[in-house]
Amino acid sequence: MVDNAWIAAALTAARPQALSALLRYFRNLDTAEEAFQEASLRAVRTWPDKGPPRDATAWLIFVGRNCGVDVVRKTRRNVALPSEEYLSDLDDAEVDIAERLDGAHYRDDILRLLFVCCHPDLLANQQIALALRIVAGLPLRRIARAFLVGEAAMEQRITRAKARIAANNVPFDPPDAESRLQRLGVVAVMLYLVFNEGYSRGHSDPDAALLCDEAIRLGRLLQHLFPTEPEIMGLVALMLLQHARHRARVDAGGQIVLLEDQDRTLWDGPMLAEGRALVEKALRHQEPGTYQIQAAIAAQHARAKRAEDTDWGAIDRLYQSLEVIQPSPVVTLNRAVAVSKARGPAAALALVTPLAEKLDGYFHYHGVRGGLLLQLGNAAGAREAFNRAIALAGSPAEAAHIRLHLDRLAALPALPPATIAN
Amino acid sequence: MLYAVLCYNDENAVATWSKEEDDACMARLGKVEDGMKAKGKMGPVARLLPTTSATTLRKTSGEPFIIDGPFAETKEQFLGFYIADCDSLEEAMAFAKDLAEANPGAGGYEIRPVGIFHPSELG
Repeated sequence: MVDNAWIAAALTAARPQALSALLRYFRNLDTAEEAFQEASLRAVRTWPDKGPPRDATAWLIFVGRNCGVDVVRKTRRNVALPSEEYLSDLDDAEVDIAERLDGAHYRDDILRLLFVCCHPDLLANQQIALALRIVAGLPLRRIARAFLVGEAAMEQRITRAKARIAANNVPFDPPDAESRLQRLGVVAVMLYLVFNEGYSRGHSDPDAALLCDEAIRLGRLLQHLFPTEPEIMGLVALMLLQHARHRARVDAGGQIVLLEDQDRTLWDGPMLAEGRALVEKALRHQEPGTYQIQAAIAAQHARAKRAEDTDWGAIDRLYQSLEVIQPSPVVTLNRAVAVSKARGPAAALALVTPLAEKLDGYFHYHGVRGGLLLQLGNAAGAREAFNRAIALAGSPAEAAHIRLHLDRLAALPALPPATIAN
Repeated sequence: MLYAVLCYNDENAVATWSKEEDDACMARLGKVEDGMKAKGKMGPVARLLPTTSATTLRKTSGEPFIIDGPFAETKEQFLGFYIADCDSLEEAMAFAKDLAEANPGAGGYEIRPVGIFHPSELG
């Protein structure tokens, strides 16, 4: 199948642009998808003999447009034809289409296609499934496997989501600069959801890793469309820097390996290099944003050849900037970890203690607090915090990790809790 | 004479390859490279990261200005290169043909004679 692998790659790569142009043309997602599907079938039939067209995307749009018009004509009794305004230029040459592709609107086309997947009426997991099916073009079977549900259930989820979109008006007017940026922000959040869906599952699962790969691919696509947006650079960098560590994150027994204990030779070098390059490019713009700062933190870890080389002072400062832009107890908790490394557990506990009320139901809060108390010699307090953490663990791996601390505690002689520094 | 064999392809298409497909392709290209190495003809080889990670410095009459992204937006991107010591264009073309067979499909290889060459100290 080596012979046809490149056709599959070309079709997948061309899909977002071709499909979104067909959506603008037909103004109906199902017709656009059918047209793209038919054009792809013709590509598979003709490209092996004729060779690839100079511009695969333009070819697919041109052929897809003709196929789609046929479909619409056949079903014209049921479906209203697009208005004459959209059908009048059917005799256009491929060259003309290719020229128009480079015009201004293809950026808005792709953004629209991604944006309709983020409709606020859709639940997060519907948005993710829809984006993977429609924009990335992943087969239903693979999306179902990535979500650990059956194919029929996934098909139903996607059909329902599509019906929701169809019932609401898709915004076809070209957006103004402000709503374009707004759409971009919404789409960025959705892509990070796709990524986290895979990331949180753990990468020993290849179906989950697929979600991370697709999120990165769509992120790069956004970056092609908006090459000077520092937050998009930050988003792609953040995903790359996190994904680059996937082989080191889980050990052979499925246990989570903490950053400081990871075998850094297992980190993906080119992926880290790309992420770090993007962070540097983004920061040059001096328009900091949450993705950029999180990526800059990840880049600090990526720079350190050994855990003990980590510049925790720099990470503390980056978390401080994040606290300014996006104040949140979780950000402060993360900053406390950096502070404990840079200035010791007492300073960190002072940051953590005021968070008690807000983060009482949060697994990591009790895990971090337990760790700090342990370092300060308060075994009883640590045991209590770890027990709270286990009760709140979201996965067996999380619980197992905390249990290790408890086991170590059990092996220590009990200390009087009088040595608490704070 | 030194020849540069410059690799062009649609980076979006290359980005759709799975890790296994990418590894398999690199392994096939590695074999072609090994063939040249065995003859003592292989110079430096580089694979570049996606153009989204590129920054371009454009010269102006005054202070150069910096652009995010590649030098030019094109359908195919410059993705990497090989430097090889070949006796003739014929031999350089045979090398490029072997590379194309190892990595079939779209894209292409540009064969360009090298003018100035500073051997690497990076190893």
